[in-house]
Amino acid sequence: MSTSATVSLDIQKIREEFPVLNQTVNGRDLVYFDNAATSQKPRNVIQALTDYYQSYNANIHRGIHTLAERATKAYEDSREAVRGFINAPGVEEIIFVRGVTEGINLVASSYGRTFIGAGDEVVISGLEHHSNIVPWQMLCEEKKAVLRVIPVSDEGELMMEAFEGLLSDRTRLVAVNHASNSLGTINPVKEIVRLAHRRGAVVLVDGAQAGAHLDIDVTDLDCDFYCLSAHKMYGPTGAGILYGRKALLESMPPYQGGGEMIKEVTFEKTTYNELPYKFEAGTPNIADVIAFRSAMEFILACGRENIRAHEQSLLQYATRKLGSLPSVRLIGTATEKVSVLAFVVEGIHHFDIGQMLDSRGIAVRTGHHCTQPLMDRYGIEGTVRASFAVYNTKEEIDQLVEGLGRIINFVK
Amino acid sequence: MNPDQQMAISKIQDDIVRDFSLLDADAEMKVLYVMELGQALAEMPEADKTDDNIVKGCQSKVWLTARLEREKVYFTADSNTAITKGLVSLLIRIFNGQTPDAILAAELYFMTAIGMERFIGTQRSNGFSSMIRQMKLYALAFKTKMEIGS
Repeated sequence: MSTSATVSLDIQKIREEFPVLNQTVNGRDLVYFDNAATSQKPRNVIQALTDYYQSYNANIHRGIHTLAERATKAYEDSREAVRGFINAPGVEEIIFVRGVTEGINLVASSYGRTFIGAGDEVVISGLEHHSNIVPWQMLCEEKKAVLRVIPVSDEGELMMEAFEGLLSDRTRLVAVNHASNSLGTINPVKEIVRLAHRRGAVVLVDGAQAGAHLDIDVTDLDCDFYCLSAHKMYGPTGAGILYGRKALLESMPPYQGGGEMIKEVTFEKTTYNELPYKFEAGTPNIADVIAFRSAMEFILACGRENIRAHEQSLLQYATRKLGSLPSVRLIGTATEKVSVLAFVVEGIHHFDIGQMLDSRGIAVRTGHHCTQPLMDRYGIEGTVRASFAVYNTKEEIDQLVEGLGRIINFVK
Repeated sequence: MNPDQQMAISKIQDDIVRDFSLLDADAEMKVLYVMELGQALAEMPEADKTDDNIVKGCQSKVWLTARLEREKVYFTADSNTAITKGLVSLLIRIFNGQTPDAILAAELYFMTAIGMERFIGTQRSNGFSSMIRQMKLYALAFKTKMEIGS
């Protein structure tokens, strides 16, 4: 880890870009550690939303007037920005969706129902969010296909040997996350893709927890589908993307019918529009897609390496500090992690800890984090999860540790 | 309805409001105080912590049982979270030893007066309403039983 990289980010200056951070909660400065749920938004993102509505709100594509032109250009510029951000070969491979959940559902519904049949197998992992479990369960139930699950080690890492054993000639699709929302584990996605491709299966990667933290290169990963949610990467809610390999997207039927996605409609037959519009039925979420570009610009301006270095130093600091508190047990101790720290405290329910921390102005998430099977794996009901973003500081972690220390002492 | 009983219920609520007012506006103090109240709650026998006794609508697990003694209701409760246990202890303080009629007629105002929703959040407040509903259901069941009995 290069320390010179962390020095190059002026965190106080970055914090000034996030108006929401400048407030008190329950009489104390807000400490926002719920970034894995959604990150806060910088001024340039908020400004992009305002600019759109104040200056060029119009429906995109097909419009001949000036505002429609401007809106269309901004919307398509956003698509190109995403392409660059994840290094996809073609801009037509970027489909705007509401977020990762919709992206996965699109693939499960369109690709899955076309190419997965009775007796075929879908492989997911024990680290998945419900969003990357339920669509596949629904598909498998409908098609009489079989769902297989990659087991998770005590540290919270995928057991790769077991994964190899799960792959068969019937494996049609593998769906895994790039990083776990509950534990932070960064999965060896490139290796998963290589092994799956060897058996002829396609791979979908849920990038919800990677977008704000990792360098994403879908060409290098060689994955077939990749999903992102803007709101977890400093962008607005309700916007995200599905990247799909062009040949696959072309072979897939549309997901929803309506405006935008058609070329020609008669009552006898409709011919579908080209990629990516085939999958973007109806008026899209124009404003949020446009502002998504500003969010990516914010990330790139900070530098993904710099963000990673800063967040990793926060993670290491927090892991050391929290790990030394009595009766705290860290859940998820993988070697490679994004800045997520999950833990339980012996004898104190996670709801109580969450409430106590909130009374000190500290926002964490408590519960099963939409990963109930993973909680079952650890024999726990839920955890407390602190997740860090580029604007968080070590002083804030000290406040978390102080708050925890107080509640632990109180209960003892 | 016996006005004395209603007075008694109001008196306990006023006491609770006064106790909380001594904690200033400090949210952390209030949460710690609620947890302390829970620690003081009479223990519930493990055998009573069954699925049947779980109050529906609470995010935390809350077990609640009630018995009628000389026409008065006595509740026992527990929770897997300390704050919820403290909250249910407040209700027990108010309702224990009251008649079914008094419990059914009781209007609870102390939550608003202490600003409970602000320091425990909406979800827990909804769960709290479920506890009150369950206690009133017990009171109704006892009242019906007494009426049939007489």
